[in-house]
Amino acid sequence: MAGEISVEQLADEMYGVVAENAGMKKMKAGDLTKAMIAKFGDQVSKQDCKSAIKLLIDSGRCVYGYYGGSSIELPRTEGAAN
Amino acid sequence: MSDDLKIPLLDELEKGPWPSFVKDLKTLAPKKPMVRDLLRQLEKSYQDKRGYWKHGGLVGVLGYGGGVIGRYSALPDEFPGVSHFHTIRVHQPSGWFYTSEALNELMDIWDAHGSGLLNMHGSTGDLVFLGTVTDELEPTFRDLTARDWDLGGSGSDLRTPSCCVGPARCENACYDTLELVDNLAHRFQDELHRPMFNYKFKIKAAGCPNDCVAAIARSDFGIIGIWKDNIQVDQAAVAEYVDSGFNVKEFVVDNCPTGCMSLEGKELKIDDSNCVKCMHCINLMSKALSVGKERGAALVMGAKAPIVEGALLGSVIIPFMEIEEPFEEMHDLLERIFEFWDEYGKARERIGECIERIGLASFLEQIELEPLPQMVTQPRDNPYIFYEEYYEEE
Repeated sequence: MAGEISVEQLADEMYGVVAENAGMKKMKAGDLTKAMIAKFGDQVSKQDCKSAIKLLIDSGRCVYGYYGGSSIELPRTEGAAN
Repeated sequence: MSDDLKIPLLDELEKGPWPSFVKDLKTLAPKKPMVRDLLRQLEKSYQDKRGYWKHGGLVGVLGYGGGVIGRYSALPDEFPGVSHFHTIRVHQPSGWFYTSEALNELMDIWDAHGSGLLNMHGSTGDLVFLGTVTDELEPTFRDLTARDWDLGGSGSDLRTPSCCVGPARCENACYDTLELVDNLAHRFQDELHRPMFNYKFKIKAAGCPNDCVAAIARSDFGIIGIWKDNIQVDQAAVAEYVDSGFNVKEFVVDNCPTGCMSLEGKELKIDDSNCVKCMHCINLMSKALSVGKERGAALVMGAKAPIVEGALLGSVIIPFMEIEEPFEEMHDLLERIFEFWDEYGKARERIGECIERIGLASFLEQIELEPLPQMVTQPRDNPYIFYEEYYEEE
């Protein structure tokens, strides 16, 4: 049932996915949501995932990026700024 | 103007009868090194016939995924003033109504933190602050929010909803565009600030079919005011038009796209069952004709300008909806649409393209709407018709 996995745990899992794909694939909010539903099934809901993304961004562990589409990324100084 | 600012090509743009952005930039250049380097870099672009901007993708303010568009100079050593030149989208008030006090407040904030250059307004509708450095983004945001302003949308999110001036200044408004857009912007704050879609999603609200915000052409979800009953006719005012020498037959009756009106003497007769609400007659004879009394809106979906794919016009999904507070029917519909798009959309695919790809019938089924004749945009051109459901029933 949805809600069995805490939002904090989901955020940690999502952070792991973003870190694992850093430099290889831009992870969108939808990608992270689908990855969590694939992993935890009906133990999580889309709303849980939304809350986890919010936590991830508001804590500063991840930031939004935009390269043609919006993605969730690890904070870094972008190349264009150099 | 300092003597060492040599920009002969840009100087050419000051000639002629029209206002020139170069003149405005030159006014600011002595006070703002950023603007001075902006002029110098632009001159170089004109000389070399190429742009020298780089797109940034990571700059923003904490918690928000939209509202800031990163820009950097490709020649920061040559033009250090514009090494960072980020854009900030400020959420405009409904209908773009500002008091002088509000405008002064915004200008003071921007003078303190940025170049002082503005775009009133961007094509999505936001007030656009042009040109600041990364370190000034958070302070600008802090000053804006302290005075109850907010950032608009950018990236794969709900873009700042926009609307026409509506009932504030227009007698044709069939619903309160200002109230609706304000409500939607507050209701969908997360969708506006935290990009969660496949691509951008624009909402535009026009109070009548004149569609002054171009909802039919420029919005993924357009809300266009319309009426169900008859055009209101003041025959005495029609007679005044005739008496004044205004040629009602030539300018109005003969231009009706469906030929649903006629002038008999000084009396205008309208077959409202054939009226397509083009607004031509109402626009030309505004003293005699006005929109009907049973008012609401038609909802259209799928319009977009050409970016990844070609341009699309919006198609009707709901021919008539009453638009009244608390707008719950609208909220529910939008939530179903977002859910559908989340499930079926592809990256960088606008919802109109998604509907075209999977088909209108599947889309309607997913968002729980019944098909209606008004949704048909053109006759079927595929000769192969399968009535699978009928076969199953048999």
